[in-house]
Amino acid sequence: MPPLARRNLFHDKVRLTVTVTGIVFAVVLIVVELGLFVGFTSTTSGLVDHSGADLWVTSKHVPYVELGVPFSERKLYQVRAVPGVQEAQKLITRWTQWKRADGREESVQIVGINSDSQMSRPWNLVEGSVQDLKRPDAIIMDEIYKQKLGASHVGELFEIRGLRARIVGFTRGIRSFTTSPYVFTSFKNAQDYAGVDANQTIFIVVKMAPGADVNQVRHAILDNVKDVEVFTSREFSRMTQIYWMFTTGAGVAVLLAAVLGLVVGFVVVAQTIYATTTDHIKEFGTLKAMGAANSYVYKVIIEQAAISAVIGYVLGMIVSGFVVRASQSGGAAILLPWQMGVGMFFLTLAMCVGAALVSISKVTRIDPAMVFKG
Amino acid sequence: MPPAIQIREVTKTYTEGAASVTALRGVDLEVEAGELVMLAGPSGSGKTTLLSIVGCILSPTSGSVKIAGEEVTKLGQKQLPRVRLEKIGFVFQGFNLFPTLTAGENVELMLDLKGIRRDAARNRALALLEQVGLGEKYASFPADLSGGQKQRVAIARALAGDPQIILADEPTAALDSVVGRKIIETMRALARNHGRAVVIVTHDPRVLELGDRVIHIEDGVIARKLPEHEVPAELLTVRSGTIAARLA
Repeated sequence: MPPLARRNLFHDKVRLTVTVTGIVFAVVLIVVELGLFVGFTSTTSGLVDHSGADLWVTSKHVPYVELGVPFSERKLYQVRAVPGVQEAQKLITRWTQWKRADGREESVQIVGINSDSQMSRPWNLVEGSVQDLKRPDAIIMDEIYKQKLGASHVGELFEIRGLRARIVGFTRGIRSFTTSPYVFTSFKNAQDYAGVDANQTIFIVVKMAPGADVNQVRHAILDNVKDVEVFTSREFSRMTQIYWMFTTGAGVAVLLAAVLGLVVGFVVVAQTIYATTTDHIKEFGTLKAMGAANSYVYKVIIEQAAISAVIGYVLGMIVSGFVVRASQSGGAAILLPWQMGVGMFFLTLAMCVGAALVSISKVTRIDPAMVFKG
Repeated sequence: MPPAIQIREVTKTYTEGAASVTALRGVDLEVEAGELVMLAGPSGSGKTTLLSIVGCILSPTSGSVKIAGEEVTKLGQKQLPRVRLEKIGFVFQGFNLFPTLTAGENVELMLDLKGIRRDAARNRALALLEQVGLGEKYASFPADLSGGQKQRVAIARALAGDPQIILADEPTAALDSVVGRKIIETMRALARNHGRAVVIVTHDPRVLELGDRVIHIEDGVIARKLPEHEVPAELLTVRSGTIAARLA
């Protein structure tokens, strides 16, 4: 096929620029919003997803990981006695107050763990080690929150709930969905920092023995331990995500912004391709007079839309790449998994081809007799 | 062999709301292969309507239209493009070339519509342009061509589909008399030397004499059909439904 679509598209460079700019805007907005959605979602359940646990034992009616209710730590031993349980550890997550050197207080989420266990450890350590949490008053925080918490280096002293806390390490990339950063410490310290009674815990995390059946172990724990609920990590992760992303409305807001980007892109592309089609209406009339089927004419228009989509997608993803990279050092990470990149290509293509349908309906109604009107 | 174009008792009425206009009334016309027929008449006489019906772009309100032996009035709207593609080539008043394609690509486009592959289309397009004397202009864009050259490219494009019939609507309107005459001579050669039926709508009295016949149409009726040598300075008209006999 002679390059009619491509030539017509590139003939009017101003209009092409407008079209591509609209597509780039849509691509970047959608990627950023979806990337935020994915980033937020993974952030909300980060503690659960990185716990390494198979099961979470909680008090009854705990809706998500930040809202655990204390229960007797004696239940830990009951859980450990259940067949199929390889390891069980106590875990605390709770909000408390951090005092900066300048006296200002910030809210943080204390995470109290057993540093000898592989479960629930802080990940991506860039300074210090988990074993340093055995030291008195030791805490590990994420470097993203240095400025917020007034910290700068290992060894600094702060107050948490009036008690001394010493930074022994920093992680990179452990974000909290709320404004309260995670602060990892030993289980004992966490009870003090969070105001949890000495004989209580908030969660019990469970590692199953190899080959154990998750449902059997879960039911066995429920049979053996009173007044608790047992979730798989996946279930608890999903519950936490759903609460933060949808019950609070945060996720809906982000998704709506993504939809808005799609609508803007659609409208811009529809308008410019329609204008291009109108400019070339005589040519399309000539094509039909020459005997071209409607499908041939549609192909020209769709090819224009597809070419615009590819150009806009490539440029949009380049810009998005920069935005994603810049977000890594911020409080809200925008994630761009490769699956989203591939999906965006097809979404961009669908958006542009869909927008071209407006023009297609116009050329369908062309009367070939118009070519005789000079 | 049947005539290339054969129309009988063709009437065309345009209706818009309560108003209606009859553009053609009971028109008969036959054009043989190898004939060059001029269709003349004042504006609004029905020439373009007649050409559109012959070109299967418009359907008549009543009557019979046979194109290369095929009755086209029985065909649905979706089938008419096939007839145009296979049997008819068009040459337009405004050339109607695609400005973003070269002269060669304009001709190739017609071949692409017929499903001819790229390399073969390119070779055939070059041959057609050479036939109209424009082989060296293959890579030129229409904006770089004169009016006469554009019309010759349009003729080459019309020939690309190897049609039995060529319909031209005021092909010399945008050209000076010398160039216009050359265009008509080219089309006459297409008719006589290649056995095609050529119908040209024209206002230009200077080229009427080049036709084998001149058909004058007025108020939707064919007045007289005259062989070349009997074309008068003033053309006779007959109104109100009188159909003249076809002259040998």
